[in-house]
Amino acid sequence: MSTLVALAVIFTQLSLLAFGGGNTILPEMQRQVVEVHRWMSAQDFSALFALAQAAPGPNMMVVPLVGWHVAGWPGLLVSSIAKFGPSSILTGVVLGLWRRFKDRPWRKVVQAGLVPMTVGLVVASAWLITEATTTEWLLGAITAAVAGLSAATKLHPLWLLSGGAIAALVLL
Amino acid sequence: MRSPSSSAATLPPDGTGTGKPPPGCADLFLGFLGLGLMGFGGVLPLARRMLVENRRWLTPDHFTELLGLCHFLPGGNIINLSVAVGLEFRGVAGAVSALLGLILGPTAVVVGLGVLYDGYKDDPTLQHIFMGLAAAAAGLLVSTAWKMLWPLRSRPVALAIVLLTMLAIAVLRLPLLPSMAVLAPLSILATWRFSR
Repeated sequence: MSTLVALAVIFTQLSLLAFGGGNTILPEMQRQVVEVHRWMSAQDFSALFALAQAAPGPNMMVVPLVGWHVAGWPGLLVSSIAKFGPSSILTGVVLGLWRRFKDRPWRKVVQAGLVPMTVGLVVASAWLITEATTTEWLLGAITAAVAGLSAATKLHPLWLLSGGAIAALVLL
Repeated sequence: MRSPSSSAATLPPDGTGTGKPPPGCADLFLGFLGLGLMGFGGVLPLARRMLVENRRWLTPDHFTELLGLCHFLPGGNIINLSVAVGLEFRGVAGAVSALLGLILGPTAVVVGLGVLYDGYKDDPTLQHIFMGLAAAAAGLLVSTAWKMLWPLRSRPVALAIVLLTMLAIAVLRLPLLPSMAVLAPLSILATWRFSR
Protein backbone atom coordinates (compact mmCIF):
# COMPACT_ATOMS: atom_id res chain seq x y z
CA MET A 1 0.00 0.00 0.00
CA SER A 2 2.70 2.46 1.01
CA THR A 3 4.51 1.59 -2.22
CA LEU A 4 1.44 2.52 -4.27
CA VAL A 5 1.06 5.79 -2.36
CA ALA A 6 4.73 6.56 -3.00
CA LEU A 7 4.29 5.78 -6.71
CA ALA A 8 1.23 8.05 -6.86
CA VAL A 9 3.04 10.93 -5.17
CA ILE A 10 6.18 10.58 -7.32
CA PHE A 11 4.40 10.38 -10.66
CA THR A 12 1.86 13.12 -9.90
CA GLN A 13 4.81 15.43 -9.19
CA LEU A 14 6.63 14.32 -12.35
CA SER A 15 3.44 14.74 -14.39
CA LEU A 16 3.20 18.42 -13.50
CA LEU A 17 6.95 19.05 -13.83
CA ALA A 18 7.43 17.52 -17.27
CA PHE A 19 7.90 20.78 -19.18
CA GLY A 20 9.41 20.13 -22.58
CA GLY A 21 8.26 16.54 -22.89
CA GLY A 22 8.98 13.29 -21.13
CA ASN A 23 12.77 13.08 -21.32
CA THR A 24 13.22 16.06 -19.00
CA ILE A 25 11.90 14.14 -15.97
CA LEU A 26 14.02 11.04 -16.55
CA PRO A 27 16.76 12.05 -14.06
CA GLU A 28 14.24 12.69 -11.28
CA MET A 29 12.43 9.44 -12.04
CA GLN A 30 15.72 7.60 -11.83
CA ARG A 31 16.70 9.40 -8.61
CA GLN A 32 13.40 8.53 -6.92
CA VAL A 33 13.19 4.93 -8.13
CA VAL A 34 16.87 4.00 -7.76
CA GLU A 35 18.33 6.22 -5.03
CA VAL A 36 15.47 7.34 -2.80
CA HIS A 37 13.28 4.20 -2.78
CA ARG A 38 15.85 1.64 -3.96
CA TRP A 39 13.22 -0.30 -5.93
CA MET A 40 15.78 -1.30 -8.59
CA SER A 41 19.39 -0.81 -9.68
CA ALA A 42 20.49 1.92 -12.09
CA GLN A 43 21.19 -0.83 -14.65
CA ASP A 44 17.64 -2.19 -14.27
CA PHE A 45 16.26 1.31 -14.73
CA SER A 46 18.27 1.80 -17.91
CA ALA A 47 17.11 -1.57 -19.20
CA LEU A 48 13.47 -0.65 -18.56
CA PHE A 49 14.04 2.66 -20.33
CA ALA A 50 15.51 0.76 -23.27
CA LEU A 51 12.53 -1.61 -23.40
CA ALA A 52 10.16 1.34 -23.40
CA GLN A 53 12.15 2.93 -26.23
CA ALA A 54 11.89 -0.28 -28.24
CA ALA A 55 8.11 -0.30 -27.83
CA PRO A 56 5.88 1.87 -30.04
CA GLY A 57 3.95 4.87 -28.80
CA PRO A 58 4.71 8.02 -26.82
CA ASN A 59 8.19 8.13 -25.30
CA MET A 60 6.90 8.03 -21.73
CA MET A 61 5.96 4.35 -21.78
CA VAL A 62 8.72 3.80 -19.22
CA VAL A 63 6.22 5.06 -16.62
CA PRO A 64 3.72 2.18 -16.71
CA LEU A 65 6.67 -0.20 -17.03
CA VAL A 66 8.34 1.14 -13.87
CA GLY A 67 5.00 0.99 -12.00
CA TRP A 68 4.47 -2.59 -13.15
CA HIS A 69 8.04 -3.60 -12.24
CA VAL A 70 7.73 -2.12 -8.73
CA ALA A 71 4.20 -3.21 -7.77
CA GLY A 72 2.61 -5.34 -10.50
CA TRP A 73 -0.70 -4.42 -12.14
CA PRO A 74 -1.83 -2.09 -9.32
CA GLY A 75 1.52 -0.31 -9.66
CA LEU A 76 1.02 0.05 -13.41
CA LEU A 77 -2.46 1.50 -12.92
CA VAL A 78 -1.42 3.92 -10.16
CA SER A 79 1.71 5.18 -11.91
CA SER A 80 -0.11 5.62 -15.26
CA ILE A 81 -3.04 7.53 -13.77
CA ALA A 82 -0.68 9.67 -11.65
CA LYS A 83 1.57 10.43 -14.64
CA PHE A 84 -0.98 10.95 -17.43
CA GLY A 85 -3.89 12.31 -15.35
CA PRO A 86 -2.77 15.63 -13.84
CA SER A 87 -1.01 16.96 -16.95
CA SER A 88 -4.04 15.98 -19.06
CA ILE A 89 -6.45 17.78 -16.71
CA LEU A 90 -4.18 20.81 -16.84
CA THR A 91 -4.19 20.64 -20.65
CA GLY A 92 -8.00 20.62 -20.62
CA VAL A 93 -8.23 23.59 -18.28
CA VAL A 94 -5.65 25.64 -20.17
CA LEU A 95 -7.26 24.83 -23.53
CA GLY A 96 -10.22 26.92 -22.40
CA LEU A 97 -8.03 29.91 -21.51
CA TRP A 98 -5.71 29.50 -24.49
CA ARG A 99 -7.33 31.73 -27.07
CA ARG A 100 -7.57 34.60 -24.62
CA PHE A 101 -3.79 34.69 -23.99
CA LYS A 102 -2.61 33.59 -27.43
CA ASP A 103 -1.07 36.89 -28.52
CA ARG A 104 0.11 38.22 -25.17
CA PRO A 105 3.84 39.01 -25.27
CA TRP A 106 4.57 37.46 -21.85
CA ARG A 107 3.55 34.03 -23.14
CA LYS A 108 6.25 34.15 -25.82
CA VAL A 109 8.87 35.35 -23.30
CA VAL A 110 8.12 32.50 -20.91
CA GLN A 111 8.00 29.93 -23.71
CA ALA A 112 11.33 31.00 -25.22
CA GLY A 113 12.90 31.47 -21.79
CA LEU A 114 12.26 27.90 -20.68
CA VAL A 115 14.17 26.47 -23.67
CA PRO A 116 17.71 26.47 -22.16
CA MET A 117 16.51 24.78 -18.95
CA THR A 118 14.56 22.20 -20.95
CA VAL A 119 17.63 21.42 -23.07
CA GLY A 120 19.73 21.17 -19.88
CA LEU A 121 17.30 18.60 -18.45
CA VAL A 122 17.47 16.46 -21.59
CA VAL A 123 21.29 16.63 -21.59
CA ALA A 124 21.24 15.54 -17.94
CA SER A 125 18.97 12.59 -18.85
CA ALA A 126 21.34 11.50 -21.61
CA TRP A 127 24.30 11.81 -19.21
CA LEU A 128 22.69 9.69 -16.45
CA ILE A 129 21.34 6.97 -18.70
CA THR A 130 24.68 6.68 -20.52
CA GLU A 131 26.53 6.56 -17.21
CA ALA A 132 24.34 3.67 -16.04
CA THR A 133 24.55 1.65 -19.25
CA THR A 134 28.27 2.01 -19.99
CA THR A 135 29.57 -0.84 -17.86
CA GLU A 136 32.04 -1.90 -20.57
CA TRP A 137 33.85 0.02 -23.27
CA LEU A 138 32.00 -1.82 -26.03
CA LEU A 139 28.65 -0.59 -24.67
CA GLY A 140 30.02 2.94 -24.64
CA ALA A 141 31.04 2.44 -28.26
CA ILE A 142 27.52 1.25 -29.15
CA THR A 143 26.04 4.34 -27.46
CA ALA A 144 28.44 6.61 -29.36
CA ALA A 145 27.78 4.86 -32.70
CA VAL A 146 23.99 5.02 -32.28
CA ALA A 147 24.17 8.67 -31.20
CA GLY A 148 26.29 9.53 -34.25
CA LEU A 149 24.13 7.57 -36.72
CA SER A 150 20.91 8.93 -35.28
CA ALA A 151 22.19 12.52 -35.48
CA ALA A 152 23.69 12.20 -38.98
CA THR A 153 21.21 9.93 -40.80
CA LYS A 154 17.47 9.38 -41.04
CA LEU A 155 17.74 5.72 -40.05
CA HIS A 156 14.68 4.48 -38.19
CA PRO A 157 15.33 4.17 -34.42
CA LEU A 158 14.19 0.55 -34.50
CA TRP A 159 17.12 -0.32 -36.83
CA LEU A 160 19.53 1.38 -34.44
CA LEU A 161 18.09 -0.39 -31.39
CA SER A 162 18.27 -3.81 -33.03
CA GLY A 163 21.75 -3.00 -34.34
CA GLY A 164 22.88 -2.23 -30.78
CA ALA A 165 21.34 -5.44 -29.44
CA ILE A 166 22.97 -7.56 -32.17
CA ALA A 167 26.36 -5.88 -31.74
CA ALA A 168 26.32 -6.62 -28.01
CA LEU A 169 25.17 -10.20 -28.60
CA VAL A 170 27.93 -10.92 -31.10
CA LEU A 171 30.84 -8.96 -29.64
CA LEU A 172 30.34 -9.05 -25.86
CA MET B 1 -12.25 13.44 -52.06
CA ARG B 2 -9.37 15.68 -51.14
CA SER B 3 -9.15 19.35 -51.98
CA PRO B 4 -5.73 20.53 -50.85
CA SER B 5 -6.22 24.15 -51.81
CA SER B 6 -9.19 24.80 -49.54
CA SER B 7 -8.12 22.90 -46.41
CA ALA B 8 -5.79 25.50 -44.93
CA ALA B 9 -7.61 28.58 -46.10
CA THR B 10 -10.71 28.54 -43.92
CA LEU B 11 -10.61 28.05 -40.17
CA PRO B 12 -13.92 28.70 -38.44
CA PRO B 13 -13.44 29.75 -34.83
CA ASP B 14 -15.17 26.69 -33.39
CA GLY B 15 -15.44 24.00 -36.08
CA THR B 16 -12.72 21.86 -37.59
CA GLY B 17 -12.74 23.64 -40.93
CA THR B 18 -12.26 20.44 -42.88
CA GLY B 19 -15.91 20.03 -43.84
CA LYS B 20 -16.03 16.55 -42.36
CA PRO B 21 -18.42 15.46 -39.58
CA PRO B 22 -16.65 15.54 -36.19
CA PRO B 23 -15.37 12.13 -35.00
CA GLY B 24 -17.19 10.26 -32.24
CA CYS B 25 -15.55 8.74 -29.16
CA ALA B 26 -15.04 5.38 -30.88
CA ASP B 27 -13.39 7.09 -33.87
CA LEU B 28 -11.10 9.01 -31.53
CA PHE B 29 -10.20 5.85 -29.61
CA LEU B 30 -9.44 3.85 -32.77
CA GLY B 31 -7.58 6.70 -34.46
CA PHE B 32 -5.23 7.18 -31.55
CA LEU B 33 -4.94 3.41 -30.94
CA GLY B 34 -3.49 3.05 -34.42
CA LEU B 35 -1.21 5.99 -33.81
CA GLY B 36 0.09 4.52 -30.53
CA LEU B 37 0.79 1.13 -32.10
CA MET B 38 2.50 2.51 -35.21
CA GLY B 39 4.60 5.23 -33.64
CA PHE B 40 8.00 3.61 -33.28
CA GLY B 41 10.57 6.18 -32.16
CA GLY B 42 8.38 9.26 -32.41
CA VAL B 43 4.64 9.67 -32.78
CA LEU B 44 4.52 13.33 -33.75
CA PRO B 45 5.14 13.06 -37.54
CA LEU B 46 2.56 10.26 -37.71
CA ALA B 47 0.10 12.28 -35.64
CA ARG B 48 0.11 15.09 -38.18
CA ARG B 49 -0.40 12.64 -41.04
CA MET B 50 -3.32 10.94 -39.28
CA LEU B 51 -5.06 14.07 -37.97
CA VAL B 52 -4.53 16.45 -40.88
CA GLU B 53 -3.96 14.37 -44.02
CA ASN B 54 -5.67 11.00 -43.64
CA ARG B 55 -8.65 11.55 -41.37
CA ARG B 56 -8.82 15.31 -41.87
CA TRP B 57 -10.12 16.00 -38.38
CA LEU B 58 -7.97 19.16 -38.17
CA THR B 59 -6.77 21.77 -40.63
CA PRO B 60 -2.99 22.36 -40.72
CA ASP B 61 -3.46 25.64 -38.86
CA HIS B 62 -5.62 24.10 -36.18
CA PHE B 63 -3.08 21.30 -35.72
CA THR B 64 -0.21 23.76 -35.32
CA GLU B 65 -2.17 25.83 -32.84
CA LEU B 66 -3.06 22.85 -30.64
CA LEU B 67 0.51 21.54 -30.79
CA GLY B 68 1.82 24.94 -29.71
CA LEU B 69 -0.40 24.77 -26.64
CA CYS B 70 0.77 21.23 -25.89
CA HIS B 71 4.45 22.28 -26.06
CA PHE B 72 3.81 24.97 -23.50
CA LEU B 73 2.25 22.61 -20.95
CA PRO B 74 3.88 19.88 -18.86
CA GLY B 75 3.45 16.27 -19.97
CA GLY B 76 4.31 14.56 -23.23
CA ASN B 77 3.38 16.72 -26.23
CA ILE B 78 1.63 13.89 -28.01
CA ILE B 79 -0.27 12.86 -24.88
CA ASN B 80 -1.49 16.41 -24.37
CA LEU B 81 -2.37 16.59 -28.05
CA SER B 82 -4.61 13.52 -27.76
CA VAL B 83 -6.39 15.15 -24.80
CA ALA B 84 -6.78 18.47 -26.64
CA VAL B 85 -8.13 16.84 -29.82
CA GLY B 86 -10.56 14.61 -27.89
CA LEU B 87 -11.74 17.59 -25.87
CA GLU B 88 -12.31 19.72 -28.95
CA PHE B 89 -14.66 17.20 -30.52
CA ARG B 90 -16.35 15.26 -27.70
CA GLY B 91 -15.53 16.98 -24.43
CA VAL B 92 -14.21 14.99 -21.48
CA ALA B 93 -15.41 11.63 -22.85
CA GLY B 94 -13.56 12.35 -26.09
CA ALA B 95 -10.38 13.28 -24.22
CA VAL B 96 -10.48 10.05 -22.22
CA SER B 97 -11.17 7.99 -25.38
CA ALA B 98 -8.27 9.54 -27.28
CA LEU B 99 -5.81 9.28 -24.36
CA LEU B 100 -6.72 5.65 -23.62
CA GLY B 101 -6.47 4.78 -27.29
CA LEU B 102 -3.00 6.29 -27.45
CA ILE B 103 -1.47 4.54 -24.42
CA LEU B 104 -3.30 1.19 -24.23
CA GLY B 105 -1.48 -0.56 -27.09
CA PRO B 106 2.04 0.57 -26.14
CA THR B 107 1.37 -0.33 -22.49
CA ALA B 108 0.52 -3.91 -23.47
CA VAL B 109 3.69 -4.15 -25.61
CA VAL B 110 5.89 -2.68 -22.90
CA VAL B 111 4.57 -5.07 -20.22
CA GLY B 112 5.18 -7.98 -22.58
CA LEU B 113 8.80 -6.86 -22.95
CA GLY B 114 9.01 -6.39 -19.18
CA VAL B 115 7.88 -9.98 -18.56
CA LEU B 116 10.56 -11.12 -20.98
CA TYR B 117 13.20 -9.03 -19.21
CA ASP B 118 12.25 -10.26 -15.72
CA GLY B 119 12.04 -13.89 -16.78
CA TYR B 120 15.29 -14.05 -18.71
CA LYS B 121 17.57 -11.40 -17.30
CA ASP B 122 19.88 -14.09 -15.84
CA ASP B 123 20.23 -15.79 -19.20
CA PRO B 124 23.59 -14.60 -20.59
CA THR B 125 22.39 -14.36 -24.20
CA LEU B 126 19.38 -12.23 -23.35
CA GLN B 127 21.46 -10.27 -20.87
CA HIS B 128 23.77 -9.22 -23.68
CA ILE B 129 20.83 -8.34 -25.91
CA PHE B 130 19.32 -6.15 -23.21
CA MET B 131 22.67 -4.51 -22.47
CA GLY B 132 23.08 -3.68 -26.16
CA LEU B 133 19.51 -2.44 -26.34
CA ALA B 134 20.08 -0.20 -23.31
CA ALA B 135 23.31 1.20 -24.77
CA ALA B 136 21.54 1.91 -28.08
CA ALA B 137 18.61 3.58 -26.28
CA ALA B 138 21.12 5.77 -24.45
CA GLY B 139 22.63 6.66 -27.82
CA LEU B 140 19.23 7.76 -29.15
CA LEU B 141 18.83 9.98 -26.11
CA VAL B 142 22.32 11.46 -26.60
CA SER B 143 21.46 12.37 -30.19
CA THR B 144 18.17 13.97 -29.05
CA ALA B 145 20.13 16.05 -26.53
CA TRP B 146 22.65 16.96 -29.24
CA LYS B 147 19.92 18.05 -31.67
CA MET B 148 18.35 20.24 -29.00
CA LEU B 149 21.72 21.69 -27.98
CA TRP B 150 22.86 22.57 -31.53
CA PRO B 151 20.55 25.58 -32.13
CA LEU B 152 21.88 27.15 -28.90
CA ARG B 153 25.54 26.92 -29.98
CA SER B 154 26.05 30.64 -30.56
CA ARG B 155 24.22 31.74 -27.41
CA PRO B 156 26.64 31.67 -24.46
CA VAL B 157 23.99 32.69 -21.90
CA ALA B 158 21.70 29.85 -22.94
CA LEU B 159 24.63 27.40 -22.88
CA ALA B 160 25.51 28.56 -19.37
CA ILE B 161 21.94 27.77 -18.24
CA VAL B 162 22.19 24.34 -19.91
CA LEU B 163 25.48 23.68 -18.09
CA LEU B 164 24.06 24.84 -14.77
CA THR B 165 20.99 22.60 -15.18
CA MET B 166 23.19 19.65 -16.14
CA LEU B 167 25.42 20.23 -13.12
CA ALA B 168 22.51 20.46 -10.68
CA ILE B 169 20.60 17.44 -11.97
CA ALA B 170 23.19 14.99 -13.33
CA VAL B 171 26.29 15.74 -11.23
CA LEU B 172 24.99 17.03 -7.90
CA ARG B 173 21.79 14.91 -8.19
CA LEU B 174 19.63 17.66 -6.69
CA PRO B 175 15.85 17.04 -6.55
CA LEU B 176 13.93 18.29 -9.60
CA LEU B 177 11.25 20.43 -7.93
CA PRO B 178 13.49 22.89 -6.02
CA SER B 179 16.00 22.88 -8.89
CA MET B 180 13.33 23.93 -11.37
CA ALA B 181 11.96 26.52 -8.94
CA VAL B 182 15.39 28.23 -9.13
CA LEU B 183 16.38 27.43 -12.73
CA ALA B 184 13.11 28.26 -14.52
CA PRO B 185 12.93 31.94 -13.44
CA LEU B 186 16.69 32.24 -14.00
CA SER B 187 16.36 30.76 -17.49
CA ILE B 188 13.42 33.02 -18.41
CA LEU B 189 15.07 36.14 -16.99
CA ALA B 190 18.46 35.50 -18.63
CA THR B 191 16.95 34.66 -22.03
CA TRP B 192 14.72 37.74 -21.96
CA ARG B 193 17.45 40.09 -20.68
CA PHE B 194 20.14 39.00 -23.17
CA SER B 195 18.00 38.22 -26.21
CA ARG B 196 18.09 41.75 -27.67
